[in-house]
Amino acid sequence: MIRRVIISILAPFFAVILAFLLGAVVIVLLGENPFYVYKVLFSNSITNVDGWGYVLFNATPFIFSGLAVALAFKGGLFNIGVEGQIYMGAFAAAWIGITVNLPPVLEMPLAFLFAMLIGGLWGLIPGFLKARFGAHEVINTIMLNFIAMALTNYLVNNPFKEQGQINPIPQTKELYSGAIIPRVYPLLNKIGISISSSVPLNYTLFLALLFCFFTWYLLERTRWGYEIKAVGLNPKASRYGGINPAYITMITMFLSGALGGLGGINDVMGYRYRFLDGFSHGIGFTGIAVALLGKNNPIGIIFASILFGILDRGALAMDVFTNTPRELIKVIQAVIIIFVAVGNELIFRLLTRLERERE
Amino acid sequence: MQDNYILETQNIAKHFPGVLANDNVSIRIREGDIHSVIGENGAGKTTLMNIIYGLIRPERGKILLRGKEVNVSNPAVAIKLGIGMVHQHFMLVPPFTVWENIALGKEITKRGRLDKDRTYSELDKLMKDYRFSVSLDEKVEGLPVGIAQKVELIKLLYRGVEILILDEPTALLVPQEVEELFETLYALKSQGKTIIFISHKLKEVLRISDRVTVMRKGKVVGELDRNEADEETLAQLMIGKTLEPLHSVASERGEEVLRLENIKLSPKLKQINLSIYKGEILGLAGVEGNGQRELLEIITGLAFPEDGRIFFLNKEIQHIDPRAIRELGIGFIPEDRQSMGLILDFSVAENIILGKHYKAPYTIGNKLNLPIIYQATEEIVKKYDVRTSSIYKPVRFLSGGNQQKVILGRELSSNPVVLIASQPTRGLDIGATEMIHSLLLDTKKEGRAVLLHSSDLDEIMSLSDRIVVMYEGEIVSILSPKKVDETTLGLYMTGMRKDPI
Amino acid sequence: MIESIFSLEILVSALRMAVPLTFAALGGVYSERGGVVNIALEGIMLVGAFGAVLGTYFTGNSWIGLLVAMSFGFLIALIHAIVSITFKINQVVSGTALNIMATGLTTFLSRLIFKAAGSSPHIDGMVQWHIPGIGGEISPLIVIMFVCIILSQIIIFRTKYGLRLRACGENPYAADSLGVSVLKVRYSGVLISGALGGLGGAFLSLEHARVFVEGMTTGRGFIALAAMIFGRWTPIGSFGACFLFGLAEALRMRLEGLGIPTQFIQMIPYIITMLVLVGVVGRAVAPAYDGVPFEK
Repeated sequence: MIRRVIISILAPFFAVILAFLLGAVVIVLLGENPFYVYKVLFSNSITNVDGWGYVLFNATPFIFSGLAVALAFKGGLFNIGVEGQIYMGAFAAAWIGITVNLPPVLEMPLAFLFAMLIGGLWGLIPGFLKARFGAHEVINTIMLNFIAMALTNYLVNNPFKEQGQINPIPQTKELYSGAIIPRVYPLLNKIGISISSSVPLNYTLFLALLFCFFTWYLLERTRWGYEIKAVGLNPKASRYGGINPAYITMITMFLSGALGGLGGINDVMGYRYRFLDGFSHGIGFTGIAVALLGKNNPIGIIFASILFGILDRGALAMDVFTNTPRELIKVIQAVIIIFVAVGNELIFRLLTRLERERE
Repeated sequence: MQDNYILETQNIAKHFPGVLANDNVSIRIREGDIHSVIGENGAGKTTLMNIIYGLIRPERGKILLRGKEVNVSNPAVAIKLGIGMVHQHFMLVPPFTVWENIALGKEITKRGRLDKDRTYSELDKLMKDYRFSVSLDEKVEGLPVGIAQKVELIKLLYRGVEILILDEPTALLVPQEVEELFETLYALKSQGKTIIFISHKLKEVLRISDRVTVMRKGKVVGELDRNEADEETLAQLMIGKTLEPLHSVASERGEEVLRLENIKLSPKLKQINLSIYKGEILGLAGVEGNGQRELLEIITGLAFPEDGRIFFLNKEIQHIDPRAIRELGIGFIPEDRQSMGLILDFSVAENIILGKHYKAPYTIGNKLNLPIIYQATEEIVKKYDVRTSSIYKPVRFLSGGNQQKVILGRELSSNPVVLIASQPTRGLDIGATEMIHSLLLDTKKEGRAVLLHSSDLDEIMSLSDRIVVMYEGEIVSILSPKKVDETTLGLYMTGMRKDPI
Repeated sequence: MIESIFSLEILVSALRMAVPLTFAALGGVYSERGGVVNIALEGIMLVGAFGAVLGTYFTGNSWIGLLVAMSFGFLIALIHAIVSITFKINQVVSGTALNIMATGLTTFLSRLIFKAAGSSPHIDGMVQWHIPGIGGEISPLIVIMFVCIILSQIIIFRTKYGLRLRACGENPYAADSLGVSVLKVRYSGVLISGALGGLGGAFLSLEHARVFVEGMTTGRGFIALAAMIFGRWTPIGSFGACFLFGLAEALRMRLEGLGIPTQFIQMIPYIITMLVLVGVVGRAVAPAYDGVPFEK
């Protein structure tokens, strides 16, 4: 069992190390000292409590996004449209938050469910097109990203624009208090962990962890999860086993979109308390890296999200304290995806050749 | 007497996982002969040819071309040496025209562009020499099989091959096309070519060959000149003697449980009328490719017939999907366990419930009832002696025999009224095979019906109560294993005999 | 109204809009005819756009800019080829990763070299060529585009290379059995798509916007793939489809005056793309082994 865990971490682990080595080479070519740059990268994030607070705050949306991509992967599908699902879901939640005024115990679940519904529908569109017409979901999900961004841009600029706002970027008015997810610093301070009040870490993180559990439960303990995985692994044998692959494709994309729809909650309900145009800077795409690095496994996704949370936090510091532009992080992210994919493939082939049981 | 051997193999040996495909195979081919290599499925003839053609490397042995040893490392080398092969599954590019397919890799160009005119004139000359007539302009994808085959031949002749290997060339041809093919082969022979003809169809082999090599279970069991060979001798060599005594148990045949009326599906199934009864094992015999696979797909709901009806206990089922078929009580062990029967990365337990996973008690509402699933799996694993260190392990890592037992356990534990078993012991060792045989006999004893499809005649003969033989999409006979021996069975299977039905 | 739709002004505008799409779609044709799906065209265009600005800015010569654009595209395509063909990694995963990399890389280099976050300094476009006879001017890249279209149509359907390329996409096993190196041919298809995609991006930054802006391709790489599918994987068909997309773009500028919110107009190309993909299902058939790694 331990051996199995080690083998499964092998590819991601080395992929990350190699990617950082590559990054170091680039830094050297830029005339900077990689040790210094990496120190700046990490020291702001993991050496103090506040840093960890920011890291976990950053990681929260990545968890949702990673789960969304992972669920689709398990079903044999590519959901590159999480970015769009995030926007649609976030706007849906914001709409509830500014339209309906209920106590938190009602308002929040309502907002979450509506976000999941809208995100799910946004995912269902390419799912349906694939199941019914065989249209490949890759281009369709990407198109829907752009459409979602344009649509929410319109909504936030026109009907829902905040009156007399000062911020040059369009945004909605503030949510009713029932939809505001509180920060965690008061609780932490009370139990003796001293964390500054400027850290935006909020209870959405717990929602994310809860959904990690739900996703795990769905995949491992329910009939739907069984059928999703079956179709993802072997549609032919599944058909044989009485499963309808087209129907399962649609369910998978709906559920994946629903998870994606929650990706913006951390920002809309936990940080800004409003919908800000363009607030997601690629959370959906980071989700792809997170899912691959975490090997489509909720625990792995949590760790991968934390890693990217660290990188995002450190990127800011990199910009301030070094001459290396923070986009290097994005490049490292892409390199990680490639190395992990190659590593996974090579290790899988090696294992299959070695582990044949002989009776 | 000195024969001119243009091609020789000496002591070729080749293993595949679990099976010795070629066991010390030495053959000698005379120049200018039409030399047939015959044997059943699994006899090793295709493996041998693939080795000669450079698609596979042998573990041991030599290939000699005109007395000199050669190393055929890939098909391109084989062609350069003058050896060409026409496979059962054509190596053609469907959207390309005939001339494009022939020219690919050896294109005639003028200033970088394909020179269609010169290519045409070369090919016209070639076709005239060998008495072919194929339209060069047509796209390959619409062509009838006989013409496509000619394209493959022209492709090889264009590259100057001297030795032509044809792998089951008449498998997909209609009688008219077979005649044309034979004409072509005679023409090629008269031009000095050597032809190696792989087949299981004895009638044709006897017509066309100068010499015949018989293979069985990986070995060469006979090499005869045409005048030494006749139907009985060849069938006998090809199929061999029964190894095990009949141990089929006589039993009461019950009511009719499955009836096929006039089932038709072109091009593979011409007309099938069949009844299966409770308490019997009905063996479905025939060489692969004569429509058995299509028949089983129709019965199990994976395909629908063009015409005809299927009755299961008086209910029409020819247009029902696999889930409903299974729920009615028809179980299926598919012939390719890895791609159709199992989900390799699922655990043993997950595979055991496939097909009934959505029913109580395995699922309540949407929730999988894991304790019950695992318990049921443990019971099945024990009952059918599936050797695995853990039921949570992916089925990928089990041996072939144990994978098959998982499938059998899964199907039998649903108490099917009819069990369809397709090649159930293919690739398995003796122990697993014996176990599966006794399970099938138990199934029959319990009053169920078993449709056993197998290329292994020993198996068919020893287990079946009745044997149905299929040839070219039709049932050519229904035989009793007590009244018929393997040689006769072989004659039916190879189209030499047919009973009026 | 009809006359105004087909006014010369609109048609010229449509042509200009179609140029980047066409180069990318042409690239897609080479890659996919050989059997490799190239989702990375979006990223290739982006690095091409950046490279064009880089080259032009530092040498003052826009032709050097084109060369740089092509080489950047080539490099991204090289990574895709190695990962997909040699390592046989899923081509969609590889393409998506490269798109992310291109986004990061271009912004990274832009900030490093130009010290500007969102966009580079402005550059002069290419010196336009005079059209003999008719008068007026045309961008050299448009001429190059037409040359590429016609050459590609000839190369792919009438030369030895094209025959082998198509064979590798339709039945690589047949090609392999006849001595064609499937590996080499597939690599060449992907690398050519890199160079062409780079040119497409170059047009965007050099001739269209005269500047490099972060993320300026906004999905054109994917739209080009849809155009390629609509054009049945042929150079001329792809151009036709790209022209139609360009026409839609040109027309939508008109729509802006009509009171429809701009964001909905912005959505039009993406919605059209989705409709196109649904509409061609069953009628446009990809090369049989497109996207399938070749294993002996």
